[in-house]
Amino acid sequence: MSVLELDNIHSYYGNIHALMGISLTVEKGEIVALIGANGAGKTTTLRSISGLLHPRKGHVLLEGKDISHLPPHTVHRAGLGLVPEGRGIFPGLTVLENLEMGAYIIDDKAEIEKGIQNAFSLFPRLKERAQQMGGTLSGGEQQMLATARGLMSNPTILLMDEPSMGLAPVLVDQIFEIIKELNKRGTTILLVEQNALMALSIANRGYVLQTGNIVLTDTGANLKANDMVRKAYLGM
Amino acid sequence: MRNIMGTGPAREIIMPIVQMAIFVAGAGALCSVIMIILATLFQGSGADHLLQSTQGVGIFAYTVGNLPQVLIDGMTIGFVYAAIALGYTMVYGVLQFINFAHSEIFAIGAFAGVESLIALNAVGSLAKAGTIGSFGYFGLALLIGMAVAGGTAVFVERVAYRPLRNSPKLVPLISAIGVSFALQDIIRLTESLTTGQFYRVIPTFGNFDDRLTLFTIGSKAIDIQVKSLVVILAAVTMLVALNYLVKATKVGKAIRAVSQDPNTAALLGIGVNGVISLTFLVGGSLGGAAGVMYALKFTRIDPFVGFMPGIKAFAAAVLGGIGNLTGALLGGIVLGMIESFAGAYLGTFTQGAFGAEYKDMVAFLILILVIIFRPNGLLGENLSQKA
Ligand SMILES: Nc1ncnc2c1ncn2[C@@H]1O[C@H](COP(=O)(O)OP(=O)(O)OP(=O)(O)O)[C@@H](O)[C@H]1O
Ligand SMILES: [Mg+2]
Repeated sequence: MSVLELDNIHSYYGNIHALMGISLTVEKGEIVALIGANGAGKTTTLRSISGLLHPRKGHVLLEGKDISHLPPHTVHRAGLGLVPEGRGIFPGLTVLENLEMGAYIIDDKAEIEKGIQNAFSLFPRLKERAQQMGGTLSGGEQQMLATARGLMSNPTILLMDEPSMGLAPVLVDQIFEIIKELNKRGTTILLVEQNALMALSIANRGYVLQTGNIVLTDTGANLKANDMVRKAYLGM
Repeated sequence: MRNIMGTGPAREIIMPIVQMAIFVAGAGALCSVIMIILATLFQGSGADHLLQSTQGVGIFAYTVGNLPQVLIDGMTIGFVYAAIALGYTMVYGVLQFINFAHSEIFAIGAFAGVESLIALNAVGSLAKAGTIGSFGYFGLALLIGMAVAGGTAVFVERVAYRPLRNSPKLVPLISAIGVSFALQDIIRLTESLTTGQFYRVIPTFGNFDDRLTLFTIGSKAIDIQVKSLVVILAAVTMLVALNYLVKATKVGKAIRAVSQDPNTAALLGIGVNGVISLTFLVGGSLGGAAGVMYALKFTRIDPFVGFMPGIKAFAAAVLGGIGNLTGALLGGIVLGMIESFAGAYLGTFTQGAFGAEYKDMVAFLILILVIIFRPNGLLGENLSQKA
């Protein structure tokens, strides 16, 4: 059974038909990349999975369980973690409080503490800034915080929406290293990226999204070598 | 690690008390200084002569002599405003919406509290109660007022605001105004049904009307009514508890998270509707408590009793910076002080041309001036404090 399965998803914003029958799967232990141009529907796909937007047709299955019509907080409890587009840091909560909110569904204090230590070992920078307000962090630090916060609940699968957006090249490398590291530690990841080259380099498999349709799917390496992908997304 | 995990519970209790003390001292000192300067300028004026001939004291001595009492009154009413203002500001924090029915939540709290005291009085309990016992009964009335008001606020949100959550901002606002009138009439109807009267007077009991002498200056005793003291203590306790809830508890952090970014909060497993209900419960309870305290201080309440305190508390919330909890506290205290000063001195300084009844005008004029120069309120947009 796939960790995540989308079966013919149709999503709308009012009358705008944003997703026109998306199907994809993510298997346990994989990194799957979802690439596509601006406005292709990548964020909409993640919104449709996480419960912020309910697909009008089709099903989203998380470990075989239909979550298509659950509200986001219930979807999260079912094991889905999200690092949202724009990072979604609570500006008026401290770094530590942001992390605590990531563990909102966990009641065991010791487990929360363990999660925080884990976050600090992944991102030592966050430890230095523990008492600082989230809104005062730099973009890169906010991305680290969003990623760390997404891991606090030990999700079955982590959805990441453009983690490299707005980061300096050296930080982009670092973020991708961390994604690989997280995956090695056992986290299954669905990665949405503009930076198709990097995403496909670390992904087991990838999907190419064009105006609400999946137009291509293959292994990361094959997609990187694909002519159409090279022209359209890698600028080669 | 421990000191990072638990943010120091003691700190969250002591800090707001210090903060309140600073706000009271600051607002009180500022108003006092302005009054003393005015009194100095008015020496030898018509107002001065009038005072000399009627009361045998000059305007300066008169002003200074009355200061302690005016400060105590300002502080008392200021805390009541602050407790109401917090309800407006908390709801604004999570929904960016002004709950205009909050003044009627206040009124419902007042009626629930007073009705329970009337019931206790009818069975003779109040008459038998000693000093401690009467404090206990007042505490009970306070809790009943809080519960009824909090429950009503939650109910109102559920039926009148939640279905309109995704409508244009103006729509729930109109709904709130409608709820406000509906609640007034519901209070009037229920109260008239039992006695034919729609106003209520809080029973006289305990030693609430006694005056305690705080200290004496020369031959003049500075005293405080027991009920004012009770109001101040009750308000301070609740404000500290609220601060603790919002700053140091998990649900409090969830309230702040929802107010800053409801979508992300939901994605992290926070039930946004639950948090919004909780916000109405807490805000409504504070408003209800303020209602019972108001009834204790001013004794008579009617279904429209919420209007003036409500509008002033709303003004206080705006003055402090709407959405900002510390701002609501500061705004309430500042407004209470201004009002108390204007009420005490306006008549004397204008030789009766403007009486104490113009105190509201002064308070609102100052409010308008402040927001012209600081549109975001005194504490502006301070994200760290946002509800
Ligand atoms: N709230 C909304 N209301 C109406 N249309 C929307 C809304 N959000 C997105 N859309 C539309 O849906 C389509 C897909 O948008 P989406 O945000 O999913 O794109 P994306 O692939 O994430 O793009 P980007 O790379 O720029 O983030 C776009 O045409 C967009 O204009
Ligand atoms: Mg996007």
